[in-house]
Amino acid sequence: MSSPAKEQRYLKGNEALAYGALDAGLNAYYAYPITPSSEIPETLAKEFETGKYPGYKVFLQAASELEAISMVLGAAATGSRVMTATSSPGFSLKQEGISYGAGMELPFLVVDICRAGPGLGNLGPEQGDYFQATKGGGHGNYRLIVLAPNSVQEMATFPKLAFDLAFRYRNPVLILGDAFTGQLKEGVEFPQLEPARFDVSSWALTGARDRPPHLLVSLELDYAKHYKHVAAMYEKYKRIEEAEVRFEEFETGDAEVVIVAFGIVARIARGAVNKLRARGVKVGLLRPITLWPFPSTALKKLAADGKRFLVVELNTGQMLEDVRLAVGNDVAVDFLGRWGGLLPSEADIEGMVNRLEVTAA
Amino acid sequence: MSEAGMEVKAGRLEALTDAPTHYCAGCEHGTLTRLIASAIETLNIRERTVMVDSVGCSVLAYNYFNCDHFGAAHGRAPASAAGLKGMRPDLTVFTIQGDGDAAAIGLLELLYAAKRGTPITIFLVNNGIYGMTGGQMAPTTLEGQVTTTTPHGRDVKLTGTPLDVSKLLAGIDGASYVKRASLVVTELAGPRGSVYAIKNLMDAKRSVENAFKVQSMGGFAFVELLSTCSINWKMPILDAKRFANTQLMKQFPLGVYRDVFGVEKK
Repeated sequence: MSSPAKEQRYLKGNEALAYGALDAGLNAYYAYPITPSSEIPETLAKEFETGKYPGYKVFLQAASELEAISMVLGAAATGSRVMTATSSPGFSLKQEGISYGAGMELPFLVVDICRAGPGLGNLGPEQGDYFQATKGGGHGNYRLIVLAPNSVQEMATFPKLAFDLAFRYRNPVLILGDAFTGQLKEGVEFPQLEPARFDVSSWALTGARDRPPHLLVSLELDYAKHYKHVAAMYEKYKRIEEAEVRFEEFETGDAEVVIVAFGIVARIARGAVNKLRARGVKVGLLRPITLWPFPSTALKKLAADGKRFLVVELNTGQMLEDVRLAVGNDVAVDFLGRWGGLLPSEADIEGMVNRLEVTAA
Repeated sequence: MSEAGMEVKAGRLEALTDAPTHYCAGCEHGTLTRLIASAIETLNIRERTVMVDSVGCSVLAYNYFNCDHFGAAHGRAPASAAGLKGMRPDLTVFTIQGDGDAAAIGLLELLYAAKRGTPITIFLVNNGIYGMTGGQMAPTTLEGQVTTTTPHGRDVKLTGTPLDVSKLLAGIDGASYVKRASLVVTELAGPRGSVYAIKNLMDAKRSVENAFKVQSMGGFAFVELLSTCSINWKMPILDAKRFANTQLMKQFPLGVYRDVFGVEKK
């Protein structure tokens, strides 16, 4: 098989994500403007006008985040590839629809370009939506598959992965970016891959012609039946946990300290690891790419090898709890947090590692 | 049903399932269910119809209508209907909303579906109260009306006057068809006591059909239907019907509020 054609461009993360979604066969986008995610709807509005993407049927700016996500649900119910993007305050509003969509097991893509919170916070980068993203976020028992890009390149390629996962498991998928990754401009390649095809005929709402009606509803008043429905969802989540954990390890082999960081922070941490390694400090990096399912097993393995951990996040310690859960109470887990729109520098991370008194060769 | 070798349809409609409805005695939801199913059959659209079930007394409609169903969040039925219709313009998409659903928590979704002229059909059952949740004040609750959250009667100084949704939508350019009809039979004095006239129902039937026709013509169609809720109004069924035909109808006069395609005249 010949290698797929690649198109190279220089784009902002948000723009790359929009083009990545179009390449992934996007059928409909429902917008509500919010900084720092607005380049996504702006790019998709521009491309909608060009008519270059024949499958791209709907771009609609809704009157609220609530309206936008409910439109996503209706459109997704037809088996179409549907997406919406927002930033933290809007992500809170979208939780209503996300919960319904998870309950109905609808495949769709939500993007949260996370900014500082709580409340309006500010427009700077943060990872303060980690809990909301990975623990459900809305009401009831459900999970989202959560992808955390750390580059403009991943902003471009994750929408395809997200749609593949969403349709494979009939589950909403979230791309959790941050203000930095969204605004960052980098060179990016678009692998021209054909979107995978999924059979939606057993559930999509297309009109009950020559078949019994399809019901996509989250309501089930029979408690025993609802118990079974949620139990089946949890069986699905177990399968996802077994098959879809994605992470990246860097210099962890002989490391005494493993930094755990995702998204843009992992980029900074990698720089710090390179600098520390140049001085002979035995430090490595584990970057979760899926925040749910979380790479707990990989962390457990590293802990069993006697490593200690330093969690670095743009929040007051949210993924930190998942790392502690994974490695247990007998392993040292330290934390470096920046929030409010601030980023840690490589020197901040180096300083923190130095304070942990790691052996220098 | 088969009787002595003869097929007796007994009024069964293909657009309905065999499930008995959960609607309370005297409630007009059952009447509307029948009128909609009948319109779907008349127009021969069952196989390309998707119903959006909203939150309220019509939330279990997926048990009754023999078509595809989508369960929307409270108030968001017009938004999800727009999502469905946008991807599949060939489908007929409709919803039955209550007054709490459409006029309170979902007013934005309703107004914007109308404003955009989204080709969907919305039936609003106005019984002046939150029925499914047990009789709380709705935006449409009449002045002085007792509900569980206005135990001394609705104080309009505090909560405003009843919201007239049809009048509101009459001012929205994107709406093609806005009509208020009634599902409540009217009482007439007969020689041996009361008899009940179905004039309102015949008009409601036409309105329901028109609302589907307008969608097929590419327009946003909205029909508000006055109804009783004898359980939550805490009235005997016939008293509730009298109340609807006097007090409720006085507050919410029947009529055509918008008819851009002129379907009422045809």
